[in-house]
Amino acid sequence: MAIKNYIRERFFPHMWCAGCGHGTVLNGMLRAIESLGFSKNEIVMVSGIGCSSRISGYVDFHTLHTLHGRALAFATGVKLSLPELNVIVPMGDGDALSIGGNHFIHAARRNIDMTALVMNNRIYGMTGGQYSPLSGYGIMATTAPYTNIDHDFDVVEMATAAGATFVARTTTYHVRQIKDIIRQAILHEGFSVVEILSQCPTYFGRKNKLGSAVDMMAAMKEITTPIGSKAKKENPDLIERGIFVQKELPVYSSEYDKIIERAQAEK
Amino acid sequence: MKGNIKFIQGNEACVEGALYAGLNFFAGYPITPSSEIAENLALRLPQLGGKFIQMEDEIASICAIIGASLTGSKVMTATSGPGFSLMQEGIGYAVMAEIPCVIVSVMRGGPSTGLPTAGGQGDVMQARWGTHGDHAIIAMTASNHQDVFKMTVEAFNLAETYRTPVILLLDEVIGHMRERLELPEPDDIPVVQRLRTSVPGGVDYHPYLPREDGRLPMSDFGSVHRYNITGLYHDMWGFPTSNPEIVHGLIRHLVDKIENNVDDIVHYKEFYLNDADIVLISYGSSARSALHVVESLRPRGIRLGMLELQTLWPFPSDIVKHKCKNARHIVVVEMNVGQVVQSVKQAVGAPDRVVLANRIDGMFISDRDIKNILRVIQGKGV
Repeated sequence: MAIKNYIRERFFPHMWCAGCGHGTVLNGMLRAIESLGFSKNEIVMVSGIGCSSRISGYVDFHTLHTLHGRALAFATGVKLSLPELNVIVPMGDGDALSIGGNHFIHAARRNIDMTALVMNNRIYGMTGGQYSPLSGYGIMATTAPYTNIDHDFDVVEMATAAGATFVARTTTYHVRQIKDIIRQAILHEGFSVVEILSQCPTYFGRKNKLGSAVDMMAAMKEITTPIGSKAKKENPDLIERGIFVQKELPVYSSEYDKIIERAQAEK
Repeated sequence: MKGNIKFIQGNEACVEGALYAGLNFFAGYPITPSSEIAENLALRLPQLGGKFIQMEDEIASICAIIGASLTGSKVMTATSGPGFSLMQEGIGYAVMAEIPCVIVSVMRGGPSTGLPTAGGQGDVMQARWGTHGDHAIIAMTASNHQDVFKMTVEAFNLAETYRTPVILLLDEVIGHMRERLELPEPDDIPVVQRLRTSVPGGVDYHPYLPREDGRLPMSDFGSVHRYNITGLYHDMWGFPTSNPEIVHGLIRHLVDKIENNVDDIVHYKEFYLNDADIVLISYGSSARSALHVVESLRPRGIRLGMLELQTLWPFPSDIVKHKCKNARHIVVVEMNVGQVVQSVKQAVGAPDRVVLANRIDGMFISDRDIKNILRVIQGKGV
């Protein structure tokens, strides 16, 4: 099926700013889904609130645009109630890890079989450029006019510690890797987290004098490196890209099926 | 049939009613005095092939049941005051997106953590206005276990009929008290099933286009229709819009579908109202004390009657007005600083006829509390 069959064409052109990285994520995600050959009726996309969350409106799946931070909680209900559905949950960094941080760690801990995409542009774009928990120390934002003194955390380490059984990172510069990693994340049985570094030239770029969208994408090439590369050993500040965790553990729905069997045997 | 008689807590009666109504998905978070509902369903649902999940908090619990409802499950969560506050965000979403679900709040005393193990009826207004923005809501209550069962079934029926969240306001006294419950046979009480669209796959389905009778047929996630669900104002396909005409139409629809069907939604019971010149109005556990006062004073020639409200929202103003038209005095009996009493004053149009008999110290309202107010009304002093 052609990519355009997966989108709701009548809502294009999309509402993201010129140069926003989120369209690249949409592209990579759809190519990953296309390569898997899923029927559109098998996929539920659940999103929260923010620029990133509007992605669900553009795709022709069962789409659930929910509350700020709560996408994974809604998705948990969908998946546990009807485990045969493929559930994909695109979120922004503030959505997934600030207001939704609690839901994020518990969805990971339960190993619910779904794919969480964190489109990390390090800023609240929809509300006008306030700092997010992933902005990092020293960043300028509309709510940090004298620079940000909040420290960020590493999404990959956090997801790993919380128990996600598939954890990966890529960037909007590496669009082929987006497709490849999302494909593997969807195929993975268990809770998958894919962090995609994305650029927000309108707020993050402008406030921090990072140049155009192209400049910001070029920087993503410079500051990242494949996992375990020689470059990383020489420069520990580089951010690694690739699949960090990929392990098999029983998923929540199949564990619950065993509970049903036990309950019915003891009845 | 002896097997159909149980001696159980009100919280367990609620579980029985929910399972009778077809509950097959529950998500919740522990909180006194509602936890027995979660505990019982953790045991019972998997026996029936249903799903139970303990979420990380009450926000996640309401979100999870909404997600599950969209796949076609009948869903419920249960909580108490502090958890009910956290659920308000999700309740508003279910109102806006028109998702059937049942939220049980077993009320306890006070704001904040308050009195976790004591009775109270302080969440009546939270049920009405706890979530932000204009909306209508349905809230039911009950004063004994047979009625807890019936009203739980009715809560599910109304949620399906009107595609809306329905709140079931129990309280600590009802929830924890043990009492006889006679389980109805299957089919004794009608159960409303999910209304699903008859539109075939490949044909445009409108999740938000009401039929002639006002009902909106649903299509489960995973079936042949793909559409959008959002908490934003939306068109008949579920896609966001700020078109003023559509926005106006949607908010009117959300309010009117409930306010225009008060007769169908409202349940109440009446006792000795024919000759009553003093009418007690009460609900939930308070109604037990109120009825006791009525039945103990009538043999002494005092013409008391009682109206027990089982639907609190939409408020049954016409019923209250009609039933109280011949009453000299109306005494609202409740365990809060006066929540239902405000609506009663509005309904009867003569606020000076309406007084409050209440108790706000965590203790169960007694005969004496009510009789003291009656003495004042009758000019007998305190």
